[in-house]
Parts: sequence; C-alpha cells; structure tokens
Amino acid sequence: MASLVSVLIDGIIYSSYLFIIALGLTLIYGVMKILNMAHGSLYALGAYVAATLIGAWFNAGLNPYGSLALLALSALLVGVIAGPIIERGLLRFMYGKDEIVLILVTYSIFLILEDVIKLIWGVESYTAFQPYGLLGNIDIGALPYTVYDALLVVVAVLVGVAVTFVLTRTRQGKLLVAVIHDREISAAMGINVGRVYFITFTIGTMLAALGGALIAPKVSVVPAMGVEVIVLAFAVVVIGGLGSLPGAALGALIVGLVRSAAVHYLPEVELFSIYLVMALVLIVRPKGLFSAAEARKI
Amino acid sequence: MNTRRKLVTVATASALALGLAAFAAPASAQEKEKPIRIGVVTFLSGAAAGPFGVPARNGAEVAAEALNGGKVPAPYTAAGLGGAPIELLFVDEAGGTTKQVNEFRNLVQRDNVDLVIGYISSGDCLAVAPVAEELKRLTVFFDCGTPRIFEDASYKYLFRTGATATMDNTAAALYVTEMKPALKKFAGINQNYAWGQDSWNDFEAAMKVLKPGVDMGTSQMPKLLAGQYGAEISALLTSGADVVHSSFWGGDAEALILQGAPRGLFKKSTIVMTAGEPTLVRLGTQVPEGTVIGARGPFNMFAPDNELNRWFRKAYEDRYAVVPSYPAYKMVQAILGVKAAWEKAQAANGGKRPSQDQVIAAFENLSFEGPGGKVDMALGKGHQAVQGTAYGITKNVGGKVTVVNVKRYPASRVTPPDGVKSEEWIKSGFKTAK
Repeated sequence: MASLVSVLIDGIIYSSYLFIIALGLTLIYGVMKILNMAHGSLYALGAYVAATLIGAWFNAGLNPYGSLALLALSALLVGVIAGPIIERGLLRFMYGKDEIVLILVTYSIFLILEDVIKLIWGVESYTAFQPYGLLGNIDIGALPYTVYDALLVVVAVLVGVAVTFVLTRTRQGKLLVAVIHDREISAAMGINVGRVYFITFTIGTMLAALGGALIAPKVSVVPAMGVEVIVLAFAVVVIGGLGSLPGAALGALIVGLVRSAAVHYLPEVELFSIYLVMALVLIVRPKGLFSAAEARKI
Repeated sequence: MNTRRKLVTVATASALALGLAAFAAPASAQEKEKPIRIGVVTFLSGAAAGPFGVPARNGAEVAAEALNGGKVPAPYTAAGLGGAPIELLFVDEAGGTTKQVNEFRNLVQRDNVDLVIGYISSGDCLAVAPVAEELKRLTVFFDCGTPRIFEDASYKYLFRTGATATMDNTAAALYVTEMKPALKKFAGINQNYAWGQDSWNDFEAAMKVLKPGVDMGTSQMPKLLAGQYGAEISALLTSGADVVHSSFWGGDAEALILQGAPRGLFKKSTIVMTAGEPTLVRLGTQVPEGTVIGARGPFNMFAPDNELNRWFRKAYEDRYAVVPSYPAYKMVQAILGVKAAWEKAQAANGGKRPSQDQVIAAFENLSFEGPGGKVDMALGKGHQAVQGTAYGITKNVGGKVTVVNVKRYPASRVTPPDGVKSEEWIKSGFKTAK
C-alpha cells in the first residue's frame, strides 16, 4: 500500500502544474468574463517554443543550466507575441457581446492555433528532456523524485504569491480588481478598461505558456496536447469558483490530491474521481468554493 | 475540420508510358490499365499522426510509387496492380468514429474508390467494418489490433493484413516469463480505452496461465494523452513488480520513458512496451537499456533479411531520411497483400481486370510475402492475417540503440486457431498452440 507521503507529494506536484494553468484561465475570466477556450493552445504553444529553444540550446552545446532560463523566456515570448495579437486583433472587437459568443470566438482561436502549431511544427513529437534530469533526484520516503518537480512546486508558489502581491499591493493590481468587481463603474471612474484587458490577457497567455514550457521537459510535445489540459483547467476553476485566485489554488490542490489518491489506492476510478469531486462541489456550491456573492442587477 | 484531403497521383514515368500505351490499345487493355483508386485512411493530424499515421502514409507513397514504376523485387515485379497504375486518395483518420464512417461513405460513394486500405484505431475499425459490408466495397485494415473484428462477426468485403493485438501480448508474456523465470509480481500501465484495456486483459490472462500463482500488482489506466504520470510511476515503484506491461504508444510512451527513467522505474522493473518500436526509433538511446520492445510483428529491427525488406528500407530511407517504423511496414504489407490477391485474380480471369468478387475470392486464405516475411490470411474464414512476431531488449552500443536477445514466436504459438476467441484461447492455456 502506498504511503500517504507519496500521495501527498504526487498530488502537490500535479496541483502545481494545474494551478499555473488554471490561474491564467481564472484571471482572464475574472477580469474579462471570457471563458478562454484557446488557453489550451497557448499552453501547447509554450511547450512547442520551449522544446524548440531547448533543442537549439543543447545542439549548440551551451551550458545545460542555462536551459532552465529558456523555460521562462518561452512563456515570455508567447505571452508578449500571441497575447497582444489575439487581444488587439480579435477579442477587443468582441467586448460587450454575450459570453456564449465569446466562448465561440475563443474556440475558433483554439482551432486556428492548433493548425498554426501544425503548420509551424508539423505532426511529429518534440522532446526537450534534458532539463528534467539535470538537477538530479531527491529521495522522499522510499521513492525518488526529481528536483525539477520540486522546482515546479516552487515556481507555482512564487507565481501565486507574485500575482496576489500585484493584485493586492500595487496600483495597477487594485485597478484590475476594480474592473473585476464592476467594469462599467470602473470605466466611469476613469480606469482605462481596454488597457486592463490588454494587460490581463497578455499575463493570462503568459501563464498558460509558462505551464506548457515547464511541462515540456517532462513530456513529449505532441499535437492536441492542449485539448486535455483545458478540460482539467476548467475542472479546477469550476471547483474553485470562476475568476477566483484562491479558488484556483484550492481547486488545483483538490484535483491534484484526489487524482493522486485514486492512482495510488483505486486506479480504476482515477478518470472518474476528478469529475466526481467537481460534481460534489457543484451540488453544495453551484458557483464553486470561492464564488463571490453577486448583487442582483435589476 | 481537420480533414485533409489530398489526391496524390503517384503515376510515375512508367505508369505514364502504360497510360500512353493504353491510349492506342484495344478496349480490354484500356480497362485493364485504368488507374486503380485506393482510399488510404491514416492519421494525418492529432497525436497519432507522428508515430503512426505519417509513417503509414509515407509507406503507402513509397510502395505505390515503386509498384507503379515496376521497381519492387519479386514476386511483385509487375507494374501497378496487374499492370494498372495505383492512384492513392488520402483521408485523415482523426476526428472520431462518426466522422470516419462519413469519410468512408464519401470515399466509396463520392470518390468511387476501388478499395480502401486503412485504420489505425481499433474504434474506427469496429465502426467502419459493418459499413464496408453494407456498401460492398473491398476494405483492408492494415494496423488496428482489436481481435473482436473477426472473432465477433464474419465479413465478405473486409480483410485485415496485420495480426491482432492478442499476438503482441501473448508473445510479451512468453518473452518475460522465459527471460525472468523467477518473476513473482507483474504490474501494468495502459491507456484507458479499448486498446489499452484489451492489451492488459490479454497480458494479465497470459501471465496467469504461464506463471500460475504469480502476483498481480497495480494496473494503472491513465487517460489517453494524459501526458503526466508522476503518481502512476510512484505507484509502480511501490508495487515492487518485477515486470511492468505497457501498450502505451506515441507521446504517452515517450512521456512515460522521459518521466520514468530519471526516477529509476526502468531499473527497478523490467518494462515491456508491446508497441514500443516507433518510440525506440524516435527516442533512440533515451530509451533505457533493458527495456523489452515489441514492434507488433516482425518489422523494422525484427524484419527478416530478405530482398523485399532491403528494398523497402532503402526506398523509405532514401526518400524520408529515417528508418521505417512498423506502421510503414504494415501499410506496405497491406498494399502488397492487395497486389498479390489482385494479380492472382487477374491470372485466373485470363489476364483481364478482375472483378471485386474475384479479388475477394483470391484474397481469402491467401499467403503472400511482405517486407516482414510471410503473411497467412488464416483466421476469420481467410480474412484475418496471422504472422509471427518477435521481442528483444534494448542495448546501447557505440552511442546507438540496438535490440538484443531477440526471440521469435511463430504465429501458431501466439495466435488462437480459427473460430476460437482470443480470450478463451488464452484462458484455455493456449490449446493447440505449437
């Protein structure tokens, strides 16, 4: 029987990965009220860019530890290129439209990006495995874990702390929170809502790409990898409450731990376990664990 | 939406010459040399395209071009199919079974293909099989593994030139029990859909027959394309299994290796990858030494050293600069099977272009040669191929990965006799297996 320690560690590692992706998704929803279906493709884009850069880095025979910096660079590149193109080029013309229309728009972006990825990288898989084993292993309990996975947890915590700090302690963040609460009033008070949307979408894109880039050394970067992740990310933000940052953290932790426990103790129900938890949470809290009370507008 | 249609006319100069000759030839010769349109269905997008679909498409292009040019060694020296050039019409297998059934109908009813060769996914095969029968069009499955196709029904218009997954898992169980006679516990990690479940069930049943009293550890069934297996690897590491069975393919197989190797999974247990050969081609020395690898038949490194194999490897490598993996071999095997049947039927028809029924009659119970050796259409009333298989262990030699300790298993040892279901055959203790 697996020890509880293994369940916890595996769960936390998986939660970290989920949190980084879900954070971007929930941020975009919170501010822009857009359920971004293209989030999975942006995650895949981050993974492809990271795999390409890491491959070139090692082919050039450069310092292996430098490849870790490429993971952040990949997220930055995708964020500052794809984010503004999508937001300025398409989404800004759609603001104010029904949420369902926006879902369809982002779904179309998802389909376009999937084909863009295929056009650029083809259908072959890409691997960027070198950073994963670079930092060696640590034994926790009876099991070896890679230091890279520990790093993933650290990055997730840092990202969560940084976003919380920006939202609660900086002027820009407070403006953003104001837009989350009420877009119309914020605009009336002189906040440049368009600019807030632009920055939010770029950061959200960056977070999606960061998730993809961090995971690239662990997996084979293949077409359609973004499809799976978007389903999981939705489960996380729905459990936590759409648009809630602590909700995304708690949702990711719940999904990660439940999945890990299922894998260790009852692998037959692993697939079902996540959705069972989601269903149970929604029965008790239909808008998620951290959903804010909403004033009824007449 | 992902469908990519591309009409690829692979008529070479010789085929053109054949066409020009037909221009002045009598009507019967014109009919004989009219291009034979073959619908080829394989994954051209999605996760299965890279490891399976694209090599299969490449194999089809190499074979059709060489056949049209009369460049394939004996017994396939005649150009095209009985002198008629081959024309390939590619269809993407991605998109699910409903889409594939529609695409199949389009191929038959709109594009009027003479036959269809294709299907990697067992789900697609199960969905298309009754439609092929309904539309009465010759259809050849080249890769999908589920034994249920011909064990649960019989077909007139449907053939499968690749062996079933039963062979892969029975041979895997034989290999590991011979390799590790003292093994006490086995476990598995397979994808949670028909392929993974069937593979695990066959392997588990075979292990219990071959090694009575053996312990079964954890059976992990992550979702297809899950990509991350941290918890599964922990569970496998704690299970203490001597052998871990996996029918993982494509990106999932690569991810399992990339995540499992640094954590010592491949050192702690012997990992058996029944469909691991394309992964070995892709990852090379990243696949840890001592991994048991199968190629779903005698393909690539397990292929016999015969003229057909030498021709195919060279033609494929010259064109694509990579070695052909097993999906490419299986596609060529299907095309050569059709050619053998077609030309046998044509010979019986006095040299005239055979009818579809004549080709079907010639195909039933046919034995033919492919780059992987001899193929016998021995099951499913002569519609399902049997073929031997092989397994080996990876070893890095001079910076290159190779496979050693190769053991070959004849078809009669790893395949049930006609009329017996795979599951019952394994549980019976492989009765009639020689």
